[in-house]
Amino acid sequence: MKTKRNHLETLVHGIFLILGLVTVACVLLITAYLVVSGIPAIRKIGLVDFLFGSTWASTAAQPQYGILPFLLTSVCGTAGAIVLGVPVGFLTAVYLAKMAPQSVREIMGQAVSMLAGIPSVVYGLVGMMVLVPGIRKLFHVPDGASLLAAIVVLAIMILPSIIKMSVTALEAVPGEYEDASLALGATPEETWFRVSVPAAKSGIAAAVVLGVGRAIGEAMAVMMVAGNAANMPSLFQSVRFLTTAVASEMSYSSGLQRQALFSIALVLFLFIMLINAVLNFFLKGEKRP
Amino acid sequence: MKHPERLADSRRWFLWLVRGGMYAAAALTGLLTLFLVAYVLIQGIPNISWEFVSTKPSYLSGHIGILPDILNTVYIVIITLLIVIPLGAGAAVYLSEYAGNKRIVSVIEYAAEALSGIPSIIYGLVGMLMFADTIGTSLMAGGLTLAIMNLPTILRNTQESLKTVPQSYREGAFGLGAGKWRVVRTVVLPGCIDGILTGCILSVGRILGESAALLFTAGFAHALNGFVKGLGSAGATLTVALYVYAKEQGEFGVAFGIAAILLVLALCINLSAGAVTKYFQKKNAQ
Repeated sequence: MKTKRNHLETLVHGIFLILGLVTVACVLLITAYLVVSGIPAIRKIGLVDFLFGSTWASTAAQPQYGILPFLLTSVCGTAGAIVLGVPVGFLTAVYLAKMAPQSVREIMGQAVSMLAGIPSVVYGLVGMMVLVPGIRKLFHVPDGASLLAAIVVLAIMILPSIIKMSVTALEAVPGEYEDASLALGATPEETWFRVSVPAAKSGIAAAVVLGVGRAIGEAMAVMMVAGNAANMPSLFQSVRFLTTAVASEMSYSSGLQRQALFSIALVLFLFIMLINAVLNFFLKGEKRP
Repeated sequence: MKHPERLADSRRWFLWLVRGGMYAAAALTGLLTLFLVAYVLIQGIPNISWEFVSTKPSYLSGHIGILPDILNTVYIVIITLLIVIPLGAGAAVYLSEYAGNKRIVSVIEYAAEALSGIPSIIYGLVGMLMFADTIGTSLMAGGLTLAIMNLPTILRNTQESLKTVPQSYREGAFGLGAGKWRVVRTVVLPGCIDGILTGCILSVGRILGESAALLFTAGFAHALNGFVKGLGSAGATLTVALYVYAKEQGEFGVAFGIAAILLVLALCINLSAGAVTKYFQKKNAQ
C-alpha cells in the first residue's frame, strides 16, 4: 500500500514536472526553428549584404536581398510611435493614477481595456478607411498609405499597454512620499511630477520598453496602412517593416526568397529578445527599491 | 491648489502646463476610444443581418455570409483552450506546489515571460514550420500555435490564484494524512478554478483578435464544416476573414460588419473578465 502510493506520488510529480517544462521546451523549439531556418540564407547572401544591402528585389531576375530598408523602417516607425504615444500615454496615466475622480477613473479604465481589446486588423481597417485618405488630403500626397499612417496607428495601439503599466507603477508609490512633499509646501501637481514620477521611473521605463516591443512586433495593422513597398523610410512614402516583409511575401515565396524571409524573422526575433532583456532589467530595478 | 495666484510665476506656469497636458492627453485617449468604437459600430451594424451571420459565401450569387468564419472561430477557441488549459494550469501547479529547486522555477518563469513577448507573426512563422508543414494547414495547426501563444496567460493567472489558497488548508489536509497528490487534487485544484477561468476569458479575447499567427497556420478558406472535419481542414477565423475581405477583396462593408461583431465580443470579454475577477475577490474575502 505504502509503496503503491509512493509510486503514484512520483508519477504525478513527474507529470507536473513535464507540464512545467513544456513552456521551456516551447521557447527552445521556437529559437531552434528560427535559427536553423534563418541561418542558411544569411550564409548564402552574406551577413553584411543581408543586413546592410539597401535593395530588396526578391522576385527580380537578379534577386537582391538587402533588408536595410526594413530595418530602418522598423526602427523609425517604432521611434515615431514612441514619440507620439509615450507623452499622451504618460500624461493620461498620471491623470488617472493621481488626479482623476473615482468615476472618471473607472470609465477611463474601461476605455483603456477596450482599446487594448480591439483586434489589430480592426485598427488596420479604420486606418485604411480614415487615416490613409485623411493623410492624402491633408498633405496633398498621391497615396496616404505611408510611414506616417503606420506611426499613428502604432502610437494608438501602444497607448493601452503604456497607460496600464504606468498607472500600476504610479499607484505603487508610497503615500508617505507624497504626503511629505505636500507638507513641505509643494502643490499636488509638483508632487506628482517631481516626487511620484521619479519614484515610479523604472516602472514607467518598463512601460515604454513594452510599448517598443509591441510596436516592433505588430504586423497586420501596419500591413494594412503602410503600403508595403520596399522603400527606404520616408514619412510620406509607402514602406515595409520587418514584420510586414515576412507576412507579405510568405504565401507565395520559395527557395532562397523563402529562406531570406526566415532570416528576417530571425533578425526580428533577436530584436525582441534584446527588448525583453532590457524590460527585465527595468522590472528587476522596480522590485529592488 | 485653491490659491494658485499666490505661487511664484514659474511654479504657476508649471502648474497650468502640466494640468493642461494631463487633461488634453486624457481627453485625447478617451475621445479616440469613443471615435474608434462609434465609427466601427456605425459603419458595421447596417451590414449585419440574419442572412449575413447564418449563411456561407457563394461565388455564384456573389453573396457573402460569415457563418463558416464564426464556426471556425468557435472551433479554434475550443481546441486551443483544450490544449492550453492542462499545460498552463499544470505548469502553474508544478511551480507553486512541487518545484523545490529555485533554478527550475526561475527558468520556467523566464520562459513564460519570453513567450509572452514574442510577436504573433513569429508564432505564425514557427507554427507554419512546426505544425502546418507536418499536419497540413488546418484549424488544428492554428490551434496548436495559439496554444503556445496563450500558455503564459493561463500559467500566470493560475499561479496568481494559487497564491490565494491559504497555506493552512494544505497543512490541514496533510495533517489528516492525505498524500501530496490528494492535497493537490482536493484542495489546490479547486482553489485555482477562478484563475483558470480568468485566464481562459483573456485567452479567448486574444484568440478572437489574432490574425498574423493564423494566416499561415490555419489558412483562409470559408468552407462550412463540422467540428472534427473542420479541425483537419483550413479555415479563416473572423479576424482573418476581416483581413482578407478588406485587403484582398475590397469588400469593406463585410469587413466593417465583422469588425463590429468583433468589437462587441471584445467588449463582452472585457466586462466578463472584470465581473469574474470581482466575483472571486468578494468570495475570497469572505
